[in-house]
Amino acid sequence: MTESRVGVYVCHCGHNIAGAVDVEHLSEWALDLPQVVVARNYQFMCAGTGQELIENDIREYGLTHVVVASCSPHMHEKTFRNACERAGLNAYLFEMANIREHASWVHPNNRSAATSKAKALVSAAVHRVLKHQALEPMRVDIQPTTLVVGGGIAGIQAALEIADAGYPVYVVEREPSIGGHMAQFDKTFPTLDCAACILTPKMFDAGAHPNITLLTYSEIEQVEGSVGNFRVTVRRKARKVREDVCTGCGTCWEKCPVKVVDGVFEAGLGYRKAIYRPFPQAVPKYPVIDVENCTYFKTEKCRACERYCPASAIDFEMQDEIVTLTVGNIILATGYDLFDPRRIPQYGYGRLPNVFTSLEFERLTNAAGPTGGKITLRDGETEPRSVAIIHCVGSRDKAYNEYCSAICCMSSLKFAHLAKEKTNAEIYNFYIDMRPIAKGYEEFYHRILAEGVHFIRGRVAEITDAAYGPEEAGKLVVVAEDTLIGRQRRVPVDMVILAAGLEPRRDSQAVSHLFGVGCGDSGFFTERHPKLDPVATVTEGIYIAGACQGPKDIPDTVAQGAAAAARVLGVISRKQVLLEPVRASIDESRCSGCRVCNNLCPYNAIEYLAEPGVSRVNAALCKGCGTCVAACPSQAITGAHFTFDQIMAEIDGILIDVSDREQSPIEVLA
Amino acid sequence: MADKPKLALYWASSCGGCEIAVLGLHEKILDVAAAFDIVFWPCVMDMKYADVEALEPGSIDVCLFNGAIRNDENARMAHLLREKSKVLIAFGSCAVGGAIPGLANFSSRDEMFEWIYYQSPTTENPSRVFPQRRTDVAEGELELPAFWNTVKALAQVVPVDYYLPGCPPEVQSIELAVNALVSGAVPPSGAVIGLNIAVCDECPRERQDKKISRFYRPQEIIPDPAICLLDQGLFCAGVATRAGCKARCPQVGMGCRGCYGPLDGVYDHGARLLSAIASIIDADTPEEVEAVLDTLPDPAGYFYRYYLPQSLLRRRARENGQKQSAAEKTPVATPTN
Repeated sequence: MTESRVGVYVCHCGHNIAGAVDVEHLSEWALDLPQVVVARNYQFMCAGTGQELIENDIREYGLTHVVVASCSPHMHEKTFRNACERAGLNAYLFEMANIREHASWVHPNNRSAATSKAKALVSAAVHRVLKHQALEPMRVDIQPTTLVVGGGIAGIQAALEIADAGYPVYVVEREPSIGGHMAQFDKTFPTLDCAACILTPKMFDAGAHPNITLLTYSEIEQVEGSVGNFRVTVRRKARKVREDVCTGCGTCWEKCPVKVVDGVFEAGLGYRKAIYRPFPQAVPKYPVIDVENCTYFKTEKCRACERYCPASAIDFEMQDEIVTLTVGNIILATGYDLFDPRRIPQYGYGRLPNVFTSLEFERLTNAAGPTGGKITLRDGETEPRSVAIIHCVGSRDKAYNEYCSAICCMSSLKFAHLAKEKTNAEIYNFYIDMRPIAKGYEEFYHRILAEGVHFIRGRVAEITDAAYGPEEAGKLVVVAEDTLIGRQRRVPVDMVILAAGLEPRRDSQAVSHLFGVGCGDSGFFTERHPKLDPVATVTEGIYIAGACQGPKDIPDTVAQGAAAAARVLGVISRKQVLLEPVRASIDESRCSGCRVCNNLCPYNAIEYLAEPGVSRVNAALCKGCGTCVAACPSQAITGAHFTFDQIMAEIDGILIDVSDREQSPIEVLA
Repeated sequence: MADKPKLALYWASSCGGCEIAVLGLHEKILDVAAAFDIVFWPCVMDMKYADVEALEPGSIDVCLFNGAIRNDENARMAHLLREKSKVLIAFGSCAVGGAIPGLANFSSRDEMFEWIYYQSPTTENPSRVFPQRRTDVAEGELELPAFWNTVKALAQVVPVDYYLPGCPPEVQSIELAVNALVSGAVPPSGAVIGLNIAVCDECPRERQDKKISRFYRPQEIIPDPAICLLDQGLFCAGVATRAGCKARCPQVGMGCRGCYGPLDGVYDHGARLLSAIASIIDADTPEEVEAVLDTLPDPAGYFYRYYLPQSLLRRRARENGQKQSAAEKTPVATPTN
């Protein structure tokens, strides 16, 4: 066996590292580490010239192992692995020491400490890399079918892009129809084109596309497998209406005697029947029976819909159906929930009838809505003479959500315009800052200003019906500090619209666990990189699009839907994926069949073989998390690239005593 | 006679069970006697330390050394026998890992003396007489070996060639070792002589997927004779412990206590066992975990019963300023297993 020859490369990262770590000294010092034959420092190791340095040294010095001391492996591990591969060195004979996030950035004002710590990290990497083994990535065929979760505009866009490229797509939607929030809106900012006019053709296309299979009124119960081969279990909730024969004629809901307040599509402002289609342009066109309110399911009587259905499509006995899909990639486009303004009691929503949420106002002003587009107070008749629109409700407020919900400024401007146009009422917008930041938005703001809408800069303290004087009697009084004139103001109005913020779906944590994607404290799904990889997630093969990733408006949502589709199409066109070979394996000669590991695997990759009485890891399912490796009481399970020898060598390396040359990092930091 | 290999057996800090285990070979002891020339066995033959000191270095072919090292006398004999022996075998769990005497490492020497010689309910010692290193008597000064604050495994004091764990080592394990030595088919130096698979492999009890919602002590339930004890909530270290005993304890309804120690390559028997047991606790919240663990009394004693001194922990943390004696400090060799 040839002797190991290690090359160590210390990156300056401009001033990021060199500003705090003595890189010259560090690379010189590294020459004394075991088996190190060459050590260099360079301004930007990740640059082409930096990578060439490594490649040339691998060839010239016959390096068997490479260590780069630079940034986080999340950033550039792939870069340097590729450089090694190009020079003929197996990518896994490389190790990265993170001396930026772990040394220079955390000790910017202590050069000695940062340098000592960088030494310990480089030493750990050198000791570890000497134990590395060459590994080959696993090749897996990719299923060309894609699953899109959520049938809002993001999901529809993504599904159409992929289907148009010629690949099959499943769209799973929880509600009876696709369309999402956008289907509820009236006009869209800043162009004021009608939401239905631009959305429903896309919905229709999605429903009619030969490559798209819609699974509406369905929820995902289980996800197994990994990129290329996910197995997804879907519960198709029983519609009680047979889709294969229903024509969507509408006789059933005309005949249904039960009226139910529609809390979903009409935001509680309108009614639907117990058998219903959420809205006329719903896709698919089939209705669904709401078994909680249906007379038949309560009393076993009625059956009006069944009796009148010309197609005999009603099936009261229909049960939920479980279907299993095999897909290569998944796009999560699960959207958002509206902030519930009841959480801000001083705004009176739910207590003061004429305080409306933004979604309620969308339905009020929608020509297909419960009032036929007439803007009225809660009584359904009276037109408001004055309207206050409160921005940032539940947003930019540490008590609720610290983030900006991104869309409320523009939708508030839109509401101001619509209310002004339809009622000619006095409109007061209460804002903290105006953020009309995208194309055409600032112009729209100026247009609304020109229309004579009042803008009051200040967060609203309270909305009350307690009148101080006759001019306030019978009105809602909006109390706010006008920060531009430095005075408290009380503005009496007939109607208040709360521009409620966008929140993650209430079940976003559970969904993130189900799919194995990250989900920050806020609850929005975490992208792989906030700037450079905004629609991928840490899980290969799972992408995110639209408001489930963070608050965003329709143009951005559509762009993300298309971006996620492009990423998926890229994966499909590769036909195969390379999977990290970091996998667990069981040494069957030392497995006693104790079965401690059997229940632990989050990916169900471990099976117990009664004969010969050992457990086995299915490498295709294993993701290399290491849970079983840590649990195996016989140490019969090894995680490739994280072997006991490698980890102990790393610890041995990091515990070098640098104190004989200078201060030890521990002393300095204590 | 002179051509037979020379054998020594010694008993340091241990209960004596290992000596009985050698006698447990029954008539096979005659084979040992026939194959070896026994030069030193204080338990059986009257020989003095001076007789050993008089031997040439390396003149003993094999020494079976049982017992942990907990005082100067143990250490002195370990060094002496190491010098005189070609092959030194740590015989039994005390020599291999410190074992039951090693549990003293959860206390300090002073705390132990205080309890044993003063506080324990059966002790009557109003004038607080404690063991002294030196005592003057009419004939002169008597000296006792210094009692260490920390119990050590044999290999932490002198280099060891082979390890034969067990409390005591089972007859079949001893036979395995004796046969290997007699035939010359010895494993590479530093090895544990025995199997490299866990007790479960030899245990006939049927195992299922594991989820423990509470632990039972042996007196609390009558276990199903056919089902894995751990599956029934009875603590059993067999999952993490080297086989070789034919699962004697689990077979009679008593969970394995881990005397054969960890498998090859495991750094810390207790940590391995702890990590395995923790993995199969059926709990979702910290409170539930606490509740399950509350049903396991003396976790340190369960997880580290036999291998505390040899573990990464070695002992309870010393208080500030508490020093080791020079003898305790000197040679610290990490066992190679």
